Amino acid sequence: MMDAGLPLLEVTDLATHFHTQRGLLRAVDGVSFSVRRGQTLGIVGESGSGKSALARTIIRILSKRHTTTTGRITFEGRDLLTVSEPDMRDIRGRDIAMVFQDPTSSLNPVKQVGVQIEEVLARHLGLRGRAAQTRAIELLTSVGMPLPQERLHQYPHQLSGGMRQRVAIAIALACEPKLLIADEPTTALDVTIQAQILDLLHRRQKAHHMAMILISHDLGVVAGYTDTVAVMYAGQIVEQASTRSLFRNCRMPYTAALMRSAPNLSDPPHTRLRAITGRPPDMVLPPPGCRFEPRCDDATDICRNRRPALSASDADGTHRYACWHPVASPGASA
Amino acid sequence: MNALADDPGHETASPVGATIPMRVRDRLGLRFWLPAAWITMVVVLAATASLLPLPSPIETDFTALSNWPDRAHWFGTDQLGRDILSRAIFGARISLTVGLLAPALGLGIGMLLGMTAGYFRGRVEIVIGAAMDAVMAFPGILVVLAVTAYVGASVPLLVILLGVLTVPTFMRVARANTLVFAQHDFVLAARAMGATHWRVLSLELLPNVMIPILIYALLVVSRIIVVEGVLSFLGLSLPAPWPTWGNMIADGQVELATLPYIPFIPAALMFLTVLSINLIGERLRARTDLRGSVL
Amino acid sequence: MTSYVLRKLLRLGLVLLVVAAASFLLMNLLPGDVALALLGNEATPEAVAQVRAELGLDQPLLMRYLHWLGGFLCGDLGRSYITQVPVMESILDRLPVTIELMLLSQGLALLIAVPTGVLCAYKAGSRIDQLANAVGLFLLAAPVFILAILLMFLFALKLRWLPSTGYVPFMTDPVRNLAHLALPALAIALAEWPSLFAVLRGDMIKTLQQDYIALAKAKGLGPAFILFRHALRPSSFTLVTLSGLQIAATIAGALVVETIFGLPGIGRMLTGAVYNRDMMLVQGCVAVISVGYVLINFGVDLIYALLDPRVRQ
Ligand SMILES: Nc1ncnc2c1ncn2[C@@H]1O[C@H](COP(=O)(O)OP(=O)(O)OP(=O)(O)O)[C@@H](O)[C@H]1O
Ligand code: SF4
Ligand SMILES: [Mg+2]
Repeated sequence: MMDAGLPLLEVTDLATHFHTQRGLLRAVDGVSFSVRRGQTLGIVGESGSGKSALARTIIRILSKRHTTTTGRITFEGRDLLTVSEPDMRDIRGRDIAMVFQDPTSSLNPVKQVGVQIEEVLARHLGLRGRAAQTRAIELLTSVGMPLPQERLHQYPHQLSGGMRQRVAIAIALACEPKLLIADEPTTALDVTIQAQILDLLHRRQKAHHMAMILISHDLGVVAGYTDTVAVMYAGQIVEQASTRSLFRNCRMPYTAALMRSAPNLSDPPHTRLRAITGRPPDMVLPPPGCRFEPRCDDATDICRNRRPALSASDADGTHRYACWHPVASPGASA
Repeated sequence: MNALADDPGHETASPVGATIPMRVRDRLGLRFWLPAAWITMVVVLAATASLLPLPSPIETDFTALSNWPDRAHWFGTDQLGRDILSRAIFGARISLTVGLLAPALGLGIGMLLGMTAGYFRGRVEIVIGAAMDAVMAFPGILVVLAVTAYVGASVPLLVILLGVLTVPTFMRVARANTLVFAQHDFVLAARAMGATHWRVLSLELLPNVMIPILIYALLVVSRIIVVEGVLSFLGLSLPAPWPTWGNMIADGQVELATLPYIPFIPAALMFLTVLSINLIGERLRARTDLRGSVL
Repeated sequence: MTSYVLRKLLRLGLVLLVVAAASFLLMNLLPGDVALALLGNEATPEAVAQVRAELGLDQPLLMRYLHWLGGFLCGDLGRSYITQVPVMESILDRLPVTIELMLLSQGLALLIAVPTGVLCAYKAGSRIDQLANAVGLFLLAAPVFILAILLMFLFALKLRWLPSTGYVPFMTDPVRNLAHLALPALAIALAEWPSLFAVLRGDMIKTLQQDYIALAKAKGLGPAFILFRHALRPSSFTLVTLSGLQIAATIAGALVVETIFGLPGIGRMLTGAVYNRDMMLVQGCVAVISVGYVLINFGVDLIYALLDPRVRQ
């Protein structure tokens, strides 16, 4: 299932702080993980937990004026945080590509679909004119777009949501990137389309032996398509494990709560979902101890005052969680 | 540069712009009080012009033709020996009269129409909107020119014409704000309690619509002062020999090369006045958070 | 696209009719009497009646309007009461100067506003942005005639780089023609720049926060490409509309600037006609300029559709 050797991407102690009117907003606060070639890492968390900020930090598209980033992002042995901007531009779109949450807003409304695909081909592969067009048609075909030839001259508003996301995926796959970051690629789509898009991403990933970071706020989405999962809460990773291990025995109360709040296919119809009560903390002034403490049923004094570190739960150290009072180990998920 | 650093007039700058402590934004600051002091001075001088110990603004003095500014004539004299300081102060009267009365007229009518349109919506709104569009289909300055050609230039005429031409913009601001406030709880509550339309409009909506529209009016005042300047520059405002800033500039422009102070003094006064009004308006706009987007 | 154009054309027709009627009514409903204005107050009633008959002023209003409209559509705007020259001839004589002035000033205004607006949006909040905003604030307070005499004083009278007054037709000598028009056009352009700049900068800042700009960055495209090829077009809708509406301000600008720089354009002719109470000429100028204004804004609507594919539907 996994390649041996060095990971393709290794993120170490990464922090991204937005400068806001109220002060520093710690959107990403000390995150570490790694992704191997051909592997899929799922990143799951509620809205506002910092998933998009993390993704945008990795490809460095946040405004330098308004953010501070610290830590290390090692991609193929190079630290992306120290690479020059022109070199980074060569990496973006060619080695690391990204698919955004909402295809309606992530495609330029005043440019034809074909142009938007062809410009990335021109930028990185030097393909222009006929060659670029042929390749664009190939790409559209490979993402399952009906009538690809005609699509080239259409504008995004003439396509359905699912079609637009296929175009966005075609753009991302144009240069056969080594790493694809898909930031909630299905959240804005109809339920029926969601599975199609995820299957498509999965198939293309296998075909190109590409690594993928699949971001979602829904554990259920991630379950079938990932090798490992990192659960994010308030800018930090609170639990990290192989997908199988996480679903078998999650240790962190927040993960458990996420699992309870996800619709389960085996539930009888009309089972009420148990939403997590309360709201994520203010990331300008996060709680000093465990960040989940204000919403956690198991919280005690120590949770309030001291921040739990990520600690291993199994022998080989691949399942890690940050909690003072972990949920009972075997078969914890209800 | 420091004065510019906390410039909230361009709030669109960025949502995560420089971190400005709230206190600084709350003070009005020098960028408000300096212009305010200038405007106060101009208004007081213009209002008391005939009481001040000034030489006549229209009597020619052939012993003092084209004197550069000196101790006797602080702003110098023009080609006919008239004291420029005196003319400038009397000229300010016209700029201010037209600049205040025309927007006042436009504001009155525009607010009435705008609130009616925004409150009752439906057909009333369509009719009012269409009428305003018709007024705006014309470049306003042409209307003023055409009518003055017919009736002859005069200040009351200017006030009426320019006032009417400002109605559409006031109407839009009033309507936009009425639409916003009409959805607020206090208005809905008042209506639920059986208040008449008239009561709701005059007691609940008017005070709320008034503030943004008054701030907007400052902008219109500065624009009208400029337009009056253009018209009197073209000789279509107060007839000579009475001074206006515009006709002083026009008269002085003839000998721009040799006597530049004659046109540049009224020009500078006009510039400072318009700039001051804009600065005050911008400051107030930032304070009340009225964005241009309401228009 | 065709249905959009058809709808706009229909609207154009209606607006033109309204504008024509308004130009006519303006002249004919106002108090005062052309014949009297023409002959002076001492004229005998018989003389006045005779002039009125000659001018067709004794006809009913509707008849006069239809007559005038018919003439207008055929390009016949009557004759000046004073010079007896056909109004259309005078206008056609002067129009090229004004059109050239407008094109130059509008082009210059956009030429300055687009790069500055884009740059300041890209560097929003920076020193250069603050400087540009301060300059904008100052220019906004400087009426066009003040700018015009300032430019004339500096560049024509003191530095002597450019001529201060006069005009040479383009066909006679393009270089001297442009030299004569440079300062007038610059004065109008500078007066217009602040609002164009502010609008573009504001819209551009909003655009730069869009996801499709993030995607463009994620594609590895460079800043210049993103700013001008991705962000500029969707940010220029308001700018385009505004620059159409700004024509009204340019007309006022042309009136004074032509007077100051002694350009033989339609603006100066109109001002002169107003002094002389040459009603036919005033009416003709007003009608032609208004129609031009409406046509320009029709053109702007079409440009808008070219810029935004979503509008065409
Ligand atoms: N440009 C920005 N400036 C300031 N704060 C920001 C900015 N972008 C995001 N944030 C803040 O950073 C935090 C994390 O946001 P982020 O968009 O990464 O969340 P997310 O996990 O992707 O949520 P969602 O599921 O809604 O996409 C939020 O509190 C958000 O308000
Ligand atoms: S550390 Fe305490 S508060 Fe945080 S998740 Fe664990 S039990 Fe809950
Ligand atoms: Mg997100």
